[in-house]
Amino acid sequence: MNISLNITETIQDWLMSMMPEGVASIAAMVSVALIYLIIFAVAGLYLVLLERKVAAWFQLRIGPNRVGYWGLLQTMADALKLVSKELTGTVKADKFLYNLAPYFVIISSLMALAVFPFTKEFQAFDINIGIFFLIAISSVGVIGILLAGWSSNNKFALIGAMRSGVQTISYELSVGLSLLTMVLLTGSLQLSEIVESQKEGWLILQGHVPAIIAFMVYMIAGTAETNRAPFDMVEAESELGAGFHTEYSGMKFAYFFLAEFINMFIIAAIATTVFFGAWLSPFGITESLPWLGVFWFLGKTIVLVFLMMWFRWTFPRLRVDQLLTLEWKYLLPINLVNIVIMAVMVWLNLTIKF
Amino acid sequence: METTVVKSNFKSEEYFINMGPQHPATHGVLRLLLTIDGEIIKKIEPDLGYIHRSIEKMCERDSYQQIVHLTDRMDYLSSHINNEAVCLTVENALQLELPDRVKVVRTILSELTRIASHCLWWGVMGMDVGALTTYFYGFRDREMINDIFEETCGARLTMNYNIPGGLMFDIHPNFVKRTKEFIAHFKTKLPEYDTLLTGNVIFQKRMKGVGILSKEDAISFGASGPVGRGSGYSCDVRKHHPYSAYDKVTFNEALKPDGDSFARYQVRIQEMWESMNIIEQLIDNIPEGDVQVATNAVIKLPKGEFYQKVETARGELGVYIISTGTKNPYRVKFRSPGFSNLSLLNHIAVGGKIGDLVASMATLDLVIPDIDR
Repeated sequence: MNISLNITETIQDWLMSMMPEGVASIAAMVSVALIYLIIFAVAGLYLVLLERKVAAWFQLRIGPNRVGYWGLLQTMADALKLVSKELTGTVKADKFLYNLAPYFVIISSLMALAVFPFTKEFQAFDINIGIFFLIAISSVGVIGILLAGWSSNNKFALIGAMRSGVQTISYELSVGLSLLTMVLLTGSLQLSEIVESQKEGWLILQGHVPAIIAFMVYMIAGTAETNRAPFDMVEAESELGAGFHTEYSGMKFAYFFLAEFINMFIIAAIATTVFFGAWLSPFGITESLPWLGVFWFLGKTIVLVFLMMWFRWTFPRLRVDQLLTLEWKYLLPINLVNIVIMAVMVWLNLTIKF
Repeated sequence: METTVVKSNFKSEEYFINMGPQHPATHGVLRLLLTIDGEIIKKIEPDLGYIHRSIEKMCERDSYQQIVHLTDRMDYLSSHINNEAVCLTVENALQLELPDRVKVVRTILSELTRIASHCLWWGVMGMDVGALTTYFYGFRDREMINDIFEETCGARLTMNYNIPGGLMFDIHPNFVKRTKEFIAHFKTKLPEYDTLLTGNVIFQKRMKGVGILSKEDAISFGASGPVGRGSGYSCDVRKHHPYSAYDKVTFNEALKPDGDSFARYQVRIQEMWESMNIIEQLIDNIPEGDVQVATNAVIKLPKGEFYQKVETARGELGVYIISTGTKNPYRVKFRSPGFSNLSLLNHIAVGGKIGDLVASMATLDLVIPDIDR
């Protein structure tokens, strides 16, 4: 059984029967974009619910359990509430930038989702520079945070935004370098090819020691990229109130909030794709059912998301200078050495292939 | 902390932010006026008065029995010990000889209060450094103590169980059993505190070498309680000027010489162990007897000045009463531990980052109504 899920082409073929080619392809793109938008807006909401449940499990609580069965509609209700709330702002804010900032953050998050191979065919946008695209797009979000902090005309927000700038610029190096380590192993930036190359074993096994080091560095840096605890300098509650989004309310706040969770999903999804074989099932047990790839992809991603939530609910926060020390004095040198080790390993053909 | 000064043409400007009166880290309505250069704190000016209720003035209006109830509202986390301080002052002035039962019960309840207060402190301490889970662990154990208090005193926060001359009424029949249950429970849970927070590398990096207070400074700022003992200053009133039943028990004064935030943290954890130790020594043999000695319905202190200090969860609470022989005191002064401990915040946090300020402030364990009164 092979249900084709190459949605862009399927929709395009269907539309071509009704309208000229150019219009059809644009219509197909828009409809795919809408599908992604709806799926991931909802997915983001359920990640929020998962976080609240995970937090509750860590904290001897039950968590949301009143709205819907097991609290399943809680975040939906919260989102509806936020949509209906008044958008308040400060009088002295830089209105244009203030209103623009949330869109930078949410759009950059959503754009990154386009390239993930959920199954072999369920991939909206398979470009040959996939990894590069992901790194580039995920760094756009920080502009939104900087704008938000700057334009709010609030000192706490400004401190938060400056911390975010420092943090994201630093940790992007580690994210990029640890992914490059894996690119050395596969020899391709294209996500579909990276997945193909893992049919001989997930990259974390193929690359063994340097791959495991790269994965650990990636998870630390990735957590920092999403501005989550223990690296939540940006909105350090006990220090800065709410940090960069202090002055935002209603749906604009919700964009920042949703973006944080989608970013977390993205970081976990990249790790799934690059280290854990994306939609490939372990030992190929469901090879005959390719559509189950979605299940494997999401399953692996959720495990990694859970790991990041685990960090958040157990670790204290670092101080801002310790954060930079960790990156520039530890992670970056480790990463650079690791790349060389990986290169030598690939050169000497020391990888493990099944 | 090593700091390297990098010379550049880039000019930085100091700016001012208002931390509080509504800020998550100030635990109440404390307002700190911070002068900051980037992330580095240059100056801290605490601004008090947001929760001033003129308790000392109100004491001049009230009778001695009524004063006890006002002291609940100072340091609400050690309200039982505050009550005890006033009662002891009045009893000493009247030269009442209390039954042993009163002394022992007061001591056990004071130590339970201390554990409850430190549990809450540990929870919010974790929150201040960003570990949100600690809050719920601390409150889980505090809840059991509150239940014990609820049975015996009828209140969970503002106890009002002490009266000049003894206790309001006898302890609840379940008291001994439930206290023992709590001690057994807490002995297994206190090590969890260490696994969750104390041993964490990030936490230790945040606390060690931060907010250093030397022994000399601790003494000259009038630091007391865990803040003073974290600097190696032996200042435990229970040890040096025993009151109630503290002279009958053996316990160690928790002392750490380092003077940094981590030392203050360790002192409080150690104190919880010592409090359990004290309770264990007393709980099995609470003497039988009366819970009150008869006093006049209208208590009139002899003319003179009276002072009594006790060790609350935050440090040394002094009660100073000047009496002119009437039913009201002429003047009452409370020497609250929080006020002196706050005064050294500027000393220990200047030069650190904003994060350090929050961490150091958390280890001072400030309760704002205690500072403002």
